Amino acid sequence: MGASERQAAPAGSGAAGRESGLSRRERRERRERRRSMLIAAASTAIAIAAIVILVPMTPGWEKVQKAFFNEAVFVKTFPKLLEAFWLDVAMFLWCAPLIAVWGLVLALMRDARSPALYPLKLFAILYSDLFRGVPVILVIYLIGFGIPGLGLPRPWNSPYIWGTVALVLSYSAYVAEVYRAGIESIHESQRAAAVSLGLSHGDMMRFVVLPQAIRRVIPAAMNNLISLQKDVALVSFIGPVEIFRQAGVYKSLYANFTPYVGAALIFLVVTVPATRAVDRMIARQQRRQS
Amino acid sequence: MKLEIIDLWKKFGANVVCKGIDLAVNEGEMVCLIGASGSGKSTLLRCINLLEPVDDGRILLDGLEITDPEQDPQPIRQRIGMVFQSYNLFPHMNALENVLLAPRRITGRSRAELRPMAEALFERFNLADRMGHYPDQMSGGQQQRVAIIRALAMKPEVMLFDEVTSALDPELVGEVLDVLRQLKAEGMTMILATHEMGFAREVADKVCFLDAGRILEEGPPEQLFERPREPRTAEFLSRVL
Ligand SMILES: Nc1ncnc2c1ncn2[C@@H]1O[C@H](COP(=O)(O)OP(=O)(O)OP(=O)(O)O)[C@@H](O)[C@H]1O
Ligand SMILES: [Mg+2]
Repeated sequence: MGASERQAAPAGSGAAGRESGLSRRERRERRERRRSMLIAAASTAIAIAAIVILVPMTPGWEKVQKAFFNEAVFVKTFPKLLEAFWLDVAMFLWCAPLIAVWGLVLALMRDARSPALYPLKLFAILYSDLFRGVPVILVIYLIGFGIPGLGLPRPWNSPYIWGTVALVLSYSAYVAEVYRAGIESIHESQRAAAVSLGLSHGDMMRFVVLPQAIRRVIPAAMNNLISLQKDVALVSFIGPVEIFRQAGVYKSLYANFTPYVGAALIFLVVTVPATRAVDRMIARQQRRQS
Repeated sequence: MKLEIIDLWKKFGANVVCKGIDLAVNEGEMVCLIGASGSGKSTLLRCINLLEPVDDGRILLDGLEITDPEQDPQPIRQRIGMVFQSYNLFPHMNALENVLLAPRRITGRSRAELRPMAEALFERFNLADRMGHYPDQMSGGQQQRVAIIRALAMKPEVMLFDEVTSALDPELVGEVLDVLRQLKAEGMTMILATHEMGFAREVADKVCFLDAGRILEEGPPEQLFERPREPRTAEFLSRVL
């Protein structure tokens, strides 16, 4: 189609364009793209310049700069913050698979249809109501202070264990809903086809329903993982010295907020690319479905 | 008697869909169910395959009561194949995997062991070149033939077909009907819900006219199509023919 248009163009209309392999339309689009990019760059530059020039003119700027953007404090604290961030990463890494598995178990309980399994279904419903209804931080407090308060021996009084248990309990309630949406989006006729072949309920779920359902909800589940990566910082409220708490320690030590800015930067470096990747995944999936 | 349905009742809530259906199907017979939309054809087939629990009555397969609540439905479903109007292939598996899934899980044998059986089926229905294709890479007619192969791979004794050509473009209907003719010639016992009156007349051994959950009239196609006894049958036929 494009090729025939190109051939149909009058011979004199642009030997140069033909040489570079571009049709007239493509050249026009490229010109327009370049122009809009220039406009975007210019307006961005003006906006940044305005901030850089105007903000320092505010009366409190000098104090804020010293308190939040203090180079000396930043250099001194950043490496240690990075180190403390590994604890966040580690907690994330052991929570994520547990959430994926427990969330799936809950979703399957919720899908139970035989009357004999009704208690499981009821449990899954109450569970999801409970843990989605209470703020994560409260769950962390209640479990993180409550259970070690029972006077368990080491290591069962560790805040690392109970903090992450709280995260797993909370997050799997959300992830279970995501799985459930996926499971319910698989048409009843797929189940009928599987069952009519003589497959068991378990095989039907495992080979027919779940592979399709999970594929559909991966992007949504990934969004949950990104918020988990941020929420592991909440565990610091019951003890573990991860990045947020470490930044708090430095804040007190240097009487300066720069460590918080450093911590925020570290989070951004992880979450921004992850968010972009998920957005791309969602876009790709939508294109495939349309 | 291969399959016998005795006084079958089925309701959805207050909606009574099967009102005392009696039907006998001999080995190797093809029985066609015809009737208006909502007359209960699909529901009857789904009851036979135990996809729907029946409220009353019995279904016997080779004399075994399959509607017995004590009976495990899974081995029964393996003996009864079903093909649906909308093909219902598994979209995340290619044609061969669609066909192999149930035999693998149920016999516990490996892909390699089962592959020759599947390949023979694909060849028998001229689809050998489509084995590696995914459902969305095949025409409706090809998908429906793969769905038939998938059911046949379980070596069923009875096959149920629920309007298997209704979702197809007209030019693809023929290839699926050819498969049904072939199965009939090979002696398969079949029950078809269909709107293809020409086909029913040509191939069926017996045609049943369903009306509001009852088999109002049944008989050999020549009789039922040429000399219907019931005025409602005549009326239905005059509308669709
Ligand atoms: N799962 C269900 N729940 C409730 N009602 C149902 C269900 N399945 C079927 N019905 C009802 O049962 C009646 C018979 O439906 P059925 O699908 O068996 O008819 P049919 O003869 O196959 O019609 P068609 O030619 O449109 O396929 C209809 O009134 C339908 O609404
Ligand atoms: Mg129907």
